[in-house]
Amino acid sequence: MPVETVQEKVVYDRPRSLAEVPNHYCPGCGHGIIHKLIAQCIDELGIQESTILVAPVGCSVLAYNYLLVDGCEAAHGRAPAVATGIKRVHPDRTVIAYQGDGDLLAIGTAETIHAANRGEKITVIFVNNAIYGMTGGQMAPTSLQAQKTKTSPYGRNPADVGYPIRACELLNTLQAPVFIERCSVTSVKTILKTKRAIMKGLRNQVEGKGYSFIEILSMCPTGWGLEPRESTAWVDSEMTAVFPLGNLRDR
Amino acid sequence: MGVILMKGNEAIGEAAIIAGCRHYFGYPITPQNELPAYMAARLPKVGGTFLQAESEVAAINMVFGAAAAGARAMTSSSSPGVSLKMEGVSYLAGAELPAVVVNMMRGGPGLGNIAGAQGDYFQAVKGGGHGDYHSIVLAPSTVQELADLTVKAFDLADQYRIVVILLGDGFTGQMSEPVTLPQPTGKTFDKSAWSLSGAKGRDPHLIASMRLNPTNALELLNGRLQEKYGQIEKSETMWESVRVEDAEYLLVGFGLSARICKSAVSALRKSGVKAGLVRPITLWPFPTAEIAAAAAGRKKVLVVEMNAGQMVQDVRLAVGGAAPVDFLGTLGGATPQVDSIMERITGHAG
Repeated sequence: MPVETVQEKVVYDRPRSLAEVPNHYCPGCGHGIIHKLIAQCIDELGIQESTILVAPVGCSVLAYNYLLVDGCEAAHGRAPAVATGIKRVHPDRTVIAYQGDGDLLAIGTAETIHAANRGEKITVIFVNNAIYGMTGGQMAPTSLQAQKTKTSPYGRNPADVGYPIRACELLNTLQAPVFIERCSVTSVKTILKTKRAIMKGLRNQVEGKGYSFIEILSMCPTGWGLEPRESTAWVDSEMTAVFPLGNLRDR
Repeated sequence: MGVILMKGNEAIGEAAIIAGCRHYFGYPITPQNELPAYMAARLPKVGGTFLQAESEVAAINMVFGAAAAGARAMTSSSSPGVSLKMEGVSYLAGAELPAVVVNMMRGGPGLGNIAGAQGDYFQAVKGGGHGDYHSIVLAPSTVQELADLTVKAFDLADQYRIVVILLGDGFTGQMSEPVTLPQPTGKTFDKSAWSLSGAKGRDPHLIASMRLNPTNALELLNGRLQEKYGQIEKSETMWESVRVEDAEYLLVGFGLSARICKSAVSALRKSGVKAGLVRPITLWPFPTAEIAAAAAGRKKVLVVEMNAGQMVQDVRLAVGGAAPVDFLGTLGGATPQVDSIMERITGHAG
């Protein structure tokens, strides 16, 4: 009998830059997806050995446990400043600041705006899930109007605490940034689009172009009190209505 | 180069460059503005980076990043700005990163004024930021010493992976004096085993102060820090003694106060009063044993500071009742006068 030879072709594999460790994130959380996308992009660009990650304070402070690159903690909100210091010492390395909404838009607003305004040649990955996850679900600067959280138990009241801040639109008023895009991770389609944005943001740095900002609308089922499936639907319907997806700048 | 006339703040800048510092991050505040201005002009000429940060908070965190990346980095400020930096100093301590932080103290609390003062002794020596940590604190008293101790600060920071605070004051920073610029020490420190440069041909490095696993990880980190601090206390305490051997009266002061005390010692000796001085050069580690030895059996120990009485607490702990300890302080940017020191010692105006 003739032996049939089977042609094997790997169509999907675990990214080399992603550690094989149990995931500590909650079921339905978007951080795991985003970590993997970053790892894939690092692999595809061949920059694992030249990338330095700055992890924020928040759920994703442990990002360095998953991404197999040199890593650094930053105090709450200070990731762009820490990334600035690293990049100024190693201008030929790829420096990523990974930040949540409280980190980037509340306690670290000044650092966010000024790193962007200087055109620091870094890539900022902004994970916006409209809540403080790690501390147990408090109101974030991006919490939606009427959104109930631990510290807005009757719903976010704009008359009292203002409206959600739109980071991409805010940074789009500045001259220096080269890339600003808002994406999400609610479906295969949006995830692939997000990967393309991260690739672009990192490639900009490899090419020495300038400051890139990628906002990713993400799910926090635990903080929101929703099932994972309801959470992706909430991003698609409620969050994207306030934070429209799309590219704002690509130079 | 010989002797040149330099402002204190500028001498710090040139000494930092001599020490190999190529990354400076700061935010304007009086009375230390000559230092960032000097660095802004000089660093680009030697291939370095000067960056005016958006805040003191950002500046110290840029230092954190540059230090994590293996560079000799510094920031400078004055009292209100240094308060803002304390968050970063605690994180630097927890992550065991080397950095030099200059505080040219001014009057406080709050916005205070822009005259020189010494009211930040507690902040620098007793912590300032949160958690159990120490910074090495150096107290220069002349422009020459500002330069010399700046060079030393970078070596100490790298040797122990610790924050070194150069605790000067606005007067010393803004006075001009002849200086012989220090030479590079030639000491080198290999940071390749821990600094961030990209994980090429090695496992990734991590710079972090958070310790969660195993459950005693933070205890272990703190234990190691305390061991390091113990080693520094043993090896790095610096002080100057002036005519202590036969002294009946002992003055203790640091920085600018100590200079004035030195003049008071001369004046007292001239009038027949046997006075001496111990000047701590490191405020942490504090020369406890040296002060205890110098103070024992004297008629009086007088601590002179430009504050309401901060270092005097450490002097009292050191002396431990072996001699009466008195305190003379000036507040709000005033400087101690030789006459008032003499009067306090002799009981009548000199």
